[in-house]
Amino acid sequence: MYDFAYHKPKSVADAAAAVKKASDGKLMSGGMTLIPTLKQRLAHPSDVVDLAGVSDLVGIKVDATGVTIGAMTKHADVASSADVARAIPALAALAGGIGDRQVRNRGTIGGSVANNDPAADYPAALVALGATVTTNERKIAAEDFFKGMFETALKDGEIVTSVSFPTATKAAYMKFPNPASRYAMVGVFVAQTASGPRVAVTGAGPAVFRVKAMEEALAKSWSADAVANVKVPAEGLNSDIHASAEYRAHLVTVMAKRAVAAAG
Amino acid sequence: MSTSVDVTLSVNGERVARRVEARRHLVDFLRLDLGLTGTHTGCEHGVCGACTVRVDGVIVRGCLVLAASLDGATVETIEGLTESGEIADLQTAFVERNAAQCGFCTPAMLLTAADLLSAAARDGAVPSREAIREHIAGNYCRCTGYHAIVDAIETVATARAGKGRS
Repeated sequence: MYDFAYHKPKSVADAAAAVKKASDGKLMSGGMTLIPTLKQRLAHPSDVVDLAGVSDLVGIKVDATGVTIGAMTKHADVASSADVARAIPALAALAGGIGDRQVRNRGTIGGSVANNDPAADYPAALVALGATVTTNERKIAAEDFFKGMFETALKDGEIVTSVSFPTATKAAYMKFPNPASRYAMVGVFVAQTASGPRVAVTGAGPAVFRVKAMEEALAKSWSADAVANVKVPAEGLNSDIHASAEYRAHLVTVMAKRAVAAAG
Repeated sequence: MSTSVDVTLSVNGERVARRVEARRHLVDFLRLDLGLTGTHTGCEHGVCGACTVRVDGVIVRGCLVLAASLDGATVETIEGLTESGEIADLQTAFVERNAAQCGFCTPAMLLTAADLLSAAARDGAVPSREAIREHIAGNYCRCTGYHAIVDAIETVATARAGKGRS
């Protein structure tokens, strides 16, 4: 790890100012991706601005319309929240399946969405439920937020402050985890939302994407059988030693079927 | 702006004040600066779990936590848990069940098992073998095949629940 200056501001405004002032500043939330990246010398920021001191960014609010989760709220706290489990049980279950216990105790929702790892779990929930990402500057619809591999709509130094999820009539998330690290080789989040069924896939492609053909099939009939015959083309999907693009394409349908069945 | 940071924290109940490089991770801090070598570095990028320590009451990957971020924190390591006697029964069970072979993963495995056992005590339930395997999923052991480790943890969970009832 190269040297860097370390800052631990207590407010979002101070954090934004610290990043702006730095020649090449980097925001850190839980550090579960940034620290390994620094160790591998894939990043060499002049300054690291740790958001762990900004207590305003921690917390879960649930009301009749949905769930709002502060950016620095840890996966473990979302997973164990009785309020989240009541309002959107699929979201609590998703958080409880991220990585392992040690990672869930440090990793945060804000860090996960801002990093937009192609195998991250949260992006599927955001896109399927039609969530809104709030930053220190604006609100961004989930579908406009995730742009591509590790790429989001965030501008340099813009800070995710919370994520708001509307409730859904039905929802479930199923993933085929990498056996060693538990990231989603393929994860599918299905939701029956106010605007109809939505199916969002993570892990399979460079970034989260919706499968409109499955959504149309579910609009006609909400059943596992409805998505069983919808195949996703392998072209453009991720391919590595763990799974070929063809296998990932196959898993999308399998996980979608399981998710619809689990959603009931 | 300096690349070093002053931190004051509690390590195994003792107050520690040090100036650390911002890039120093917690396990290097424990091992190199404090001489607490029970916590191990295996993969050093958050996969193997050999670096597991307790920070503010929850288990974390020590190799993915910057020491600079721990001003005011409470850190507990295998040395502290051993000294307090909190996991004496677990350590005995690991020996009896032959749950340690080379021993490299063992301190971290004990920390994670202790985490599960305290959660189980709060819930008043004995975790299933599946739940034990799930809880230790972030700790790799390349010797035992895990079976003996699950045996040891299950033994202690059952014994502790028995004591709670009597």
